[in-house]
Amino acid sequence: MTLEAPRASTTQFDTDELVINMGPQHPSTHGVLRVVLKLDGERVIDADCVIGYIHRGIEKLSENRDWTQIILLTDRMDYVAAATNNLGYCQTVEKLMQIEVPRRARYLRTVLAELQRIASHCLWLGTHAMDIGAMTVLLYAFREREFVLDLFEEFCGARLTYNSMRIGGLPLDIPPGWDKKVLSFCDLMEGKLNDYETLLTNNRIWLKRTRDVGVISGDEAIGLGLCGPPLRGSGVPRDVRKDEPYAAYDELEFNVPLGTRGDTYDRYLIRMDEFRESIRLVRQAVEGIPEGPIMGKVPRLIKPPAGETYHAIESPKGELGYFIVSDGKSTNPYRFRVRPPSFCNLQGLKRLVTGHLVADVVALIGTIDIVLGEVDR
Amino acid sequence: MLETIVVPLAKIVVLLNAVLVAVTFLVLMERKVIAWAQSRLGPMRVGPYGILQAIADPIKLILKEDITPRKADKYVFTLAPIMSLVPALVVFAVVPFGPDPFYYLSDINVGLLFIISVTSIGVYGIILGGWASNSKYPLLASLRASAQLISYEIAVTMTLVSVILTTGTLSLVGIVEAQREGGLWFAFVQPVALMLVFIGGLAETNRAPFDLPEAETELTGGFHTEYSGMRFSLFFLAEYANMIVISAIVVIMFFGGWLQPFPNVPALAFLGFVPPWIWFIGKIFLFLYVFIWIRATLPRYRYDQLMALGWKVLIPVAIGNLVVTGILKVAL
Amino acid sequence: MAEAIVFWTLAVLILGLGIAVISARSAVHSVLFLVVNFLLVAVLYVTLNAEFVAVIQVLVYAGGIVVLYLFVVMLVNLKKAPERYADPRRVPWTGTLLAGAVLAEVIAIGVYSTVSSDGAAATGGGLGADTPFSDCGSLVSCNTEQLGWVLYTSYLIPFELASMLLLVAMIGAIVLAKRHL
Repeated sequence: MTLEAPRASTTQFDTDELVINMGPQHPSTHGVLRVVLKLDGERVIDADCVIGYIHRGIEKLSENRDWTQIILLTDRMDYVAAATNNLGYCQTVEKLMQIEVPRRARYLRTVLAELQRIASHCLWLGTHAMDIGAMTVLLYAFREREFVLDLFEEFCGARLTYNSMRIGGLPLDIPPGWDKKVLSFCDLMEGKLNDYETLLTNNRIWLKRTRDVGVISGDEAIGLGLCGPPLRGSGVPRDVRKDEPYAAYDELEFNVPLGTRGDTYDRYLIRMDEFRESIRLVRQAVEGIPEGPIMGKVPRLIKPPAGETYHAIESPKGELGYFIVSDGKSTNPYRFRVRPPSFCNLQGLKRLVTGHLVADVVALIGTIDIVLGEVDR
Repeated sequence: MLETIVVPLAKIVVLLNAVLVAVTFLVLMERKVIAWAQSRLGPMRVGPYGILQAIADPIKLILKEDITPRKADKYVFTLAPIMSLVPALVVFAVVPFGPDPFYYLSDINVGLLFIISVTSIGVYGIILGGWASNSKYPLLASLRASAQLISYEIAVTMTLVSVILTTGTLSLVGIVEAQREGGLWFAFVQPVALMLVFIGGLAETNRAPFDLPEAETELTGGFHTEYSGMRFSLFFLAEYANMIVISAIVVIMFFGGWLQPFPNVPALAFLGFVPPWIWFIGKIFLFLYVFIWIRATLPRYRYDQLMALGWKVLIPVAIGNLVVTGILKVAL
Repeated sequence: MAEAIVFWTLAVLILGLGIAVISARSAVHSVLFLVVNFLLVAVLYVTLNAEFVAVIQVLVYAGGIVVLYLFVVMLVNLKKAPERYADPRRVPWTGTLLAGAVLAEVIAIGVYSTVSSDGAAATGGGLGADTPFSDCGSLVSCNTEQLGWVLYTSYLIPFELASMLLLVAMIGAIVLAKRHL
């Protein structure tokens, strides 16, 4: 007699796990991320990220290009924040060669990097809100991002992959009147930020969708190697701009916004604050641009001495580091390695989504703000 | 012969065409309104200000290839879109566009119940569409959809009962007449019920912020992921026809149907020069505008939050409203 | 005449669909046939001028209960039958008994109604002249009001008992389904 069903289990039915494939073609995996979700009903019990769909071998390619050509390749990593990629790379090589960058160039680099942060955060805000269903914010944020792209276009002629920095300084000085335009953009952006916040910050549905979703403690975030806003959202005061200042950050005043709960809403608030801090930084930097040259003393043939170095900057997505080995003989790096913030933050995804619902997965992919071009390189 | 067959048939033809044309223009309206909300222009290429987009869209959908997935259940896959559209259209049989019998097809004594029951059939299209596709995302979406529809139907029906209590009739014409006699729209008599029916209506038509079954960013389009061409457009038509139905219910129940504002106030009698059916359709479009406006503004609920809202907020409030209405009805 | 044609057409369709429900190979198809069956029964009610019952039939059965059937059928894997049902020689005694009992009941009701119909027609549930609905027109019947009247006067106690029963059933279902309250 096998009539008696076993009573030990919590449910009398045999329930199957549903394995569902999210991506690489999915509207909200921000590119070609593929997540293999194991579901119990709508609850995620396991998630595996599959990456590599947009791997172009940038690191290996760089080992066969000369030092200046690599700048162009770094554009293609985090393609929504090309200027900070350029900045990180150029500074690493400058560190390796011990090149002094003129103060004017450092200020301009700061302006560009912070404008880039605003543009990148605009894209994050738009897509994150869109994933949660607030579609108007997307269009608003892209409208403002367009202004930043216009500024970049005026500065260097490109709108997406700028190739905007050089080892030792900048390729070009700013066009006349550009600083005025930047300042008027700052005024505009402040007003628009309030618009976004009207739509989201106190919106009950937005709060319900982001409060207590994907909570992660500071220790755990450090353990997973998270960086940037996801790390600061858990209350860890780590910002490369403050801790190891580069460019002109040591001469400018700014705060590092920190979260308390480590949930998606905190990460949202932090990035909204970072918008404001960036505007503040841009204002200070533009007003304080000194006179002087924009290029330092750089040899005609860039050939760093033998040695290795690691240098990190705070990109919009987190700590972007470059590790470069030079053999001192050739005109290309012996080893080129990037520590991409998106990749490191993506590691946290599994931990964040487990136990949440399918709908939260897209919110959490949005909150860690990944760009697959940077994850795969 | 003329009275019993020809006239009703002619009315049916006119009504069906009117609804379908209204739906195509509603799609255009939605695109335009959302575009304006997002500081865009919306469709501008086809015809002046993109007006002919309403005609271009259906033509495109009809001409598209109609794909049936190989592993799908062919019959159910074909049946599902039909089952979702037909109830949405049948409902219009009892919607009164004006006071005379000329303006409606039939005035049955259980009109309101008829609408509720016929719309409840519409859920089959969604469930079966998701199941017959034999694909995971549509299945998840169709489960969400059916749970959502059933829960919110309870809330809406409970709320409508309190309106029935005030009028004492289930006939839609009777309900509007009761508002004329009372001289006051039920929106002022039953404001709580209005909110409940409107929220429930948003959920029942799968509109934002309750558009989980077709949450594009989560479930890649939901239950109609595997559909294309004409069959997809039937689902589309059904959704928008349902929007019109819900707006019509709200207008009839709470905003006096074809009545002008404050019908018994002599100072406003000059409003009578507008024909009743224009009042009715105008009010419906006002609500459709609100539907679209909400979609452009709000983020989406999560599935569990949506169910919690339905069962823990709307249904208790609906029952409370019913009890209060009953007590007041007895007391007054 | 027209009424008879409609009735017999519907009757044949309903029975045919009933057979289709139990003979369909796919459980979902079965449920679909059941829905159509219920809709046709609703039409039958309309021909009897019982609009309220017809609408409730659609609302409760087609729109509610069968949706839940469909839910279960869709989610449960029906490809493989449980082992103890797999034996083809097994005679389901309980089922046979139940079917027999239902058949007997139907026959009994049929016999009873033909016997009693030549007596005073419709003794139970008939409305006396003291109800306020005696002036209902023939074209638009007001059976909603009549039903309400009857339920809350002659059948008040059975009605309340039924609602208690449903409440108990509901609580029981919740207790059974939810182990950890």
